[in-house]
Amino acid sequence: MTSPAYSVQKEKENQFSLRFIINELKPKGKWLTPFNIISLPIMLLGAVLVVIRFINGIGAVSNVNQEIPWGLWKGFNVVTGVAFAGGAYVLTFIVYVMKVDKFKSIIRVTVLNGFLAYIFYAGALVLDLGKPWNIFNPIIGNNFGANSVLFLVSWHFLLYIIAQLIEFSPAVAEWLGTRRAHRILSGMTLGAVIFGITLSTLHQSGLGALFLMAKEKIHPLWYSEFIPLLFLVSSVFAGLSMVIFEGSISDRVFADQISSDDKKVRKSILPILSKICAFAMFTYLFLHVLVFVHGHRWSYINTPMGYWFLTEILGFILLPMILFIISFRRNSIILTRIAAILTIIGIIINRLNVSIIAFRWDAAVHYTPSWMEIVVSLAIIFTEIWIFRWVINRMPVLRDSPSWAKNAH
Amino acid sequence: MGINRRSFFKAVGATGAAVALGREGKAKDINTNDVEFKAVLYDSTRCVGCQTCEFSCAEANNLPEPEDYPEEGIVRKTNENCRTVINMYETTKGPVYVKRQCMHCNEPACAAACLTQAMKKTESGPVIWRDDKCMGCRYCMISCPFDMPRFEYNSANPNVTKCTMCFDRQKEGKIPACVENCPAEALMFGTRRELIAEAKKRIVENPDLYYNHIYGETEAGGTSFLYLSPVPFEEIGFKTNIQHSSYPALTKSFLYSVPSVFVLVPSLLLGINEAAKSNLKKNENHD
Repeated sequence: MTSPAYSVQKEKENQFSLRFIINELKPKGKWLTPFNIISLPIMLLGAVLVVIRFINGIGAVSNVNQEIPWGLWKGFNVVTGVAFAGGAYVLTFIVYVMKVDKFKSIIRVTVLNGFLAYIFYAGALVLDLGKPWNIFNPIIGNNFGANSVLFLVSWHFLLYIIAQLIEFSPAVAEWLGTRRAHRILSGMTLGAVIFGITLSTLHQSGLGALFLMAKEKIHPLWYSEFIPLLFLVSSVFAGLSMVIFEGSISDRVFADQISSDDKKVRKSILPILSKICAFAMFTYLFLHVLVFVHGHRWSYINTPMGYWFLTEILGFILLPMILFIISFRRNSIILTRIAAILTIIGIIINRLNVSIIAFRWDAAVHYTPSWMEIVVSLAIIFTEIWIFRWVINRMPVLRDSPSWAKNAH
Repeated sequence: MGINRRSFFKAVGATGAAVALGREGKAKDINTNDVEFKAVLYDSTRCVGCQTCEFSCAEANNLPEPEDYPEEGIVRKTNENCRTVINMYETTKGPVYVKRQCMHCNEPACAAACLTQAMKKTESGPVIWRDDKCMGCRYCMISCPFDMPRFEYNSANPNVTKCTMCFDRQKEGKIPACVENCPAEALMFGTRRELIAEAKKRIVENPDLYYNHIYGETEAGGTSFLYLSPVPFEEIGFKTNIQHSSYPALTKSFLYSVPSVFVLVPSLLLGINEAAKSNLKKNENHD
């Protein structure tokens, strides 16, 4: 993808010029990869469906109804997606606050992932809003609904996107070759990180707090006053599992970008990530047991919803936790990856349970997403991956920074 | 070390201030002035199920006239074109008609949920929705314990609709259309305090006729629609697992924790960062 001739040319230009930008916007490498062949038609179909949605209303493409007003776009793309973006705040804490240099090789890609996730999940939100042209009302003060959890979450969303942009901006400066900007932006990193972690703790838990008022509407096995805390703790291992999963793919797809030193480091940090995941999952399970016993919930277990709850907790929290523990003891990369995938599935199940499946589980008309909603959801994710790939192939995210940027540190 | 101590004191001071300010800001009562909440008392022992309220509601709000009618075994629901419905239930005391619409809670979950105050509890009691503020997120629908806000899913510029207790008519000095037109006097309009007294009077004067409970007196922290029934309320399709305190209170402790997190977490992180830096320096010296 990045030929040596190309990098020489870049060194030569090395400055902010329009021609350079236009050149970079052009696609590189092969076009007809299997991923492109699958994702392109879905993205095009998704774009058509989005047009239909804006002409004929949400009901034209989505199955959401009067009793279950939040469907796949909010439950999956927003509520679930944000949990997976949690890796960014955990890793920025480890690298910039605790100064553990070992994780530096994956920090940029994780922040980029988090940043894109937020941008695209905000995009999914816009599709789902009935009147998206009013989206800035809570920001500009028409009006400030300061009693609302969603008001808090929306502000934090916006501020966190800015914080992540600042955290990632040195990579953009290195790509454009703007040294002065690089120095200024690098100096802002620690501030942005501390601000970002604070915002993350509040809106990861805030997404759970959204459901606090739906007390009787969520099945008692999933509703408790601890939802905010459960959401926050689970975002730690959800985010790290995503980091492990994304790493296992990037290792292969972007192998030419990663230096051989970094390849070794990327392997050696897997057991540490597994350990953190296992610890966080233990805390999460412990909280669940506490809520379960405290709420006298035995009577719900022997019901279909009870079995579903046990599947989530035992199959997709306890099992991957054990696998994580075994994986770092045996130093097995395969086991780590299996555990990460199981955890990811578990988090998807959990977030969908709270926001969709256990929400009005007793409703007469049940919600199942339409094929059109699923296509749009996938189209959003594929577009995100396209942008991700575009950035990775151009900016020093996985590959080493140019030498001038390194010396500046 | 000096820096750590100083930032610690700064953090403590700021936290105290933030917590104090946060509490002061949120603890304000909605009903601080002398205006009393208006309310409607619905007496299901008097209702004959004639649907006049439905027709007059449709007329007052420019909505299509209802085409179905109350039938036993069928639970009709409000929707984006219909803000009130009458249902019929076969009970231990024979058939009973029940009118349903937005309950106009004293502390509405929908208004607390709304991030733009598009859903608003007015000073005089009605809960209204404002087109120019709403972004259509439907969080009010998620939060409402009575499932009352409805959404126009098939519109490119959708509205959230529900009973407004004829807020516009009230501003002109008129009473809600359904109350005005009820031929059986099953509906009564007044201040909430008067109507609770009236409902209690009816129960005391006719203990055999009424079930001894006013639905809406304490449900969800109190509502402006008050119900009297001849039978226990679960027999006529009411949710009885509704909590008897306000729904917005469920999010209060989370919202209160926000200012303290905003001060404590950054100072904690700075502290850890300083410790990590000094640790790095020490290690370098050893090498």
